[in-house]
Amino acid sequence: MKDFMARNPFWTLIIVLAVCFLIWAIFAPWPPGFVDTFGRKKIFLNALFNGVTLGALYFLVASGFTLIFGLMKNVNLAHGSLYLLGGYIGYDVANTTGWWLLSFIVVFVVVGAMGVLLQVLVFQRMEGQDLRQTLVTIGISIVVADLMLWYWGGDFYQILTPDWLSGPIQLPIVTAVKSSGEAVFLKYPFVRLVILVASIVIGFAMWLSLNKTRVGMLIRAGVDDRDMLSATGVRIQRVFVLVFAFGAGLAGVAGVVGGTFQSLAPGEDTRFLLASLVVVIVGGMGSIPGAALGALLIGLAEQFGSVYMPTYAVVLTFLIMVVVLAFRPQGLLGERR
Amino acid sequence: MAVTEDTGTAPINGKPQSWWSGLSLASVPTPYWFVGAILLLLPVLVGPFMLFQVFGWALILGMIALSLMFLGGYGGMVSLVQMSVAASAAYMLAIFGESAITQISLGWPWWVAIPIALIIATAFGTLTGALAVRTEGIYTIMITLAIASAFFYFTRQNYVLFNGFSGFNGVTPPELFGVDWRQPTPFYYLTLFWAAVAYLSVLYVSRAPFGLALQGVRDNARRMEALGYNVTAHRIAAYVLASFIAAVAGILLVWLNGQVSPGTAGIGPAIDILIIAVIGGLARPVGPFIGAIIYVLLRTFALDFMVSIGLSGERFQLLVGVVFLAIVFWSPDGILGLWERWRNRMNSTDRLTGKARDNDGGSEV
Repeated sequence: MKDFMARNPFWTLIIVLAVCFLIWAIFAPWPPGFVDTFGRKKIFLNALFNGVTLGALYFLVASGFTLIFGLMKNVNLAHGSLYLLGGYIGYDVANTTGWWLLSFIVVFVVVGAMGVLLQVLVFQRMEGQDLRQTLVTIGISIVVADLMLWYWGGDFYQILTPDWLSGPIQLPIVTAVKSSGEAVFLKYPFVRLVILVASIVIGFAMWLSLNKTRVGMLIRAGVDDRDMLSATGVRIQRVFVLVFAFGAGLAGVAGVVGGTFQSLAPGEDTRFLLASLVVVIVGGMGSIPGAALGALLIGLAEQFGSVYMPTYAVVLTFLIMVVVLAFRPQGLLGERR
Repeated sequence: MAVTEDTGTAPINGKPQSWWSGLSLASVPTPYWFVGAILLLLPVLVGPFMLFQVFGWALILGMIALSLMFLGGYGGMVSLVQMSVAASAAYMLAIFGESAITQISLGWPWWVAIPIALIIATAFGTLTGALAVRTEGIYTIMITLAIASAFFYFTRQNYVLFNGFSGFNGVTPPELFGVDWRQPTPFYYLTLFWAAVAYLSVLYVSRAPFGLALQGVRDNARRMEALGYNVTAHRIAAYVLASFIAAVAGILLVWLNGQVSPGTAGIGPAIDILIIAVIGGLARPVGPFIGAIIYVLLRTFALDFMVSIGLSGERFQLLVGVVFLAIVFWSPDGILGLWERWRNRMNSTDRLTGKARDNDGGSEV
């Protein structure tokens, strides 16, 4: 942080100004001239909150991807399929048992077990063969996508939010002031805020366990030099299996989350695979804070894009990726190796 | 590289040779004559449906996959953007030339529209390449995949230029020399001609100094840089050639289908091109064509096959996926690799001297 400020005083100033402007735009009532150019404040705030919560979802998907890539250099292009599979299984569990929270546990275990299978049956056999891994995982994603289409059909599924989470909640943020002088406060779906908080907690827990625990130490050592680590007697294959299971389970959990505040359908797997690709390319491969930053940027870009330039919202995310690649090929927070 | 072992055609012994000196008829290996004869006589052997929808399509897909094979096999850069390059050529032809969407199409004559389409598509592919070569290996795949999907979404959303979701239809080849090129037999010969040109030019480039340097870059970029080669320039130049081949194939594709839409270059088709190239084998230029024939046959007849074994025909993707998975799992170098290993097992007796293998080394293509 301090390094960054010392090295880039200009960019620090710009970032500080942008953050100040953002805080002002969130909390202060907007002057009329402002409303004319940017539209109503409510729209802006909704786009902002949607963007941040979407970013939280993207972070859940992409952090598993980037963790697996960072440690094992495994490119798992079946990651999107794990997401969608998790969503479908979560839907079935939540529908039959009626317990929303139970579906998270079941999905984490089941999809995590799929991850173990993938790691043991596929990736261990072709360690270090990038292209082959890519091709095999593409093949797996095609087969899994068709099997899922076979079993669950082409319909849209949405996981019902439990009662204690449904409905909007009033936030202490003024969107407009009525002519009578009465302030109108922003209302926002409670479940999205819960998911946002939960992903921040998960992200923080990941950071903490990576930096403060023994397993985290092993993982970081493995990222830096895995041959050396296995030479010191660590059974690195076990660490690999563990990380893969965790990353896959996280993708599955993200599927339940995505199924709750968006919907599940064939094609969502590719969408989320692409999203996590873009997120980790923008944020930097193998970096958890990078995934967080990238997810936030992409989520915001998608939502603001769909509000302020609806036609090209999807293209905007790819544009961000291209710009980042052109100026910083290793990603915003990635390290050059 | 097996291709460079063939000293009969490659002037690598230092003596200056004119470029055609290796092209005397006697040096063409027997399988070439055989395959060439079959391909030329095909209109007599099969019906118009097979000719147009199966072999015409396979040759076009083979050309696009060939451009991927050139980048992947000789340059070590697996690019998923080739289908988008082909589709951009198709779009440009529809925009500058004639189509049923008269409010967008400019209706310029074909001898203006085609060169413009080729130039723009090649420029698009080259730009993508320039962006992709900033990264390496697996990153290239991801970045080109992302660019391919950006192209798909952009064309789907843009109505001013690309006519959005429905794209363009009614794009037909010009009637030249009194021949209707949309008819199966003339169109087949047209695609066969361009496929042969693309195949031979890739074969030629792979043995020319540029191709050899490119293979050097693939094997050890650092050493090539130390030897004074401009690695980035070689890679981008490879993208130029590959994009041009893909662009030519794109123009043939729009004539074959009569239409082009965002779905032409969706994420599925982009990955299909990779599948085709890998099923055939990324090591030889002939691989993509073999892969394309297998893919098209699967695609055309999988339905009947699935029904005959008691599954519903909708599970076509499953069949393709399983075949693809089996091939990449057990033979990473594709069908050609399987064939080669089988042949080696048949006639290799002495692994130390390799004598038994030498006598049919000339038949390698």
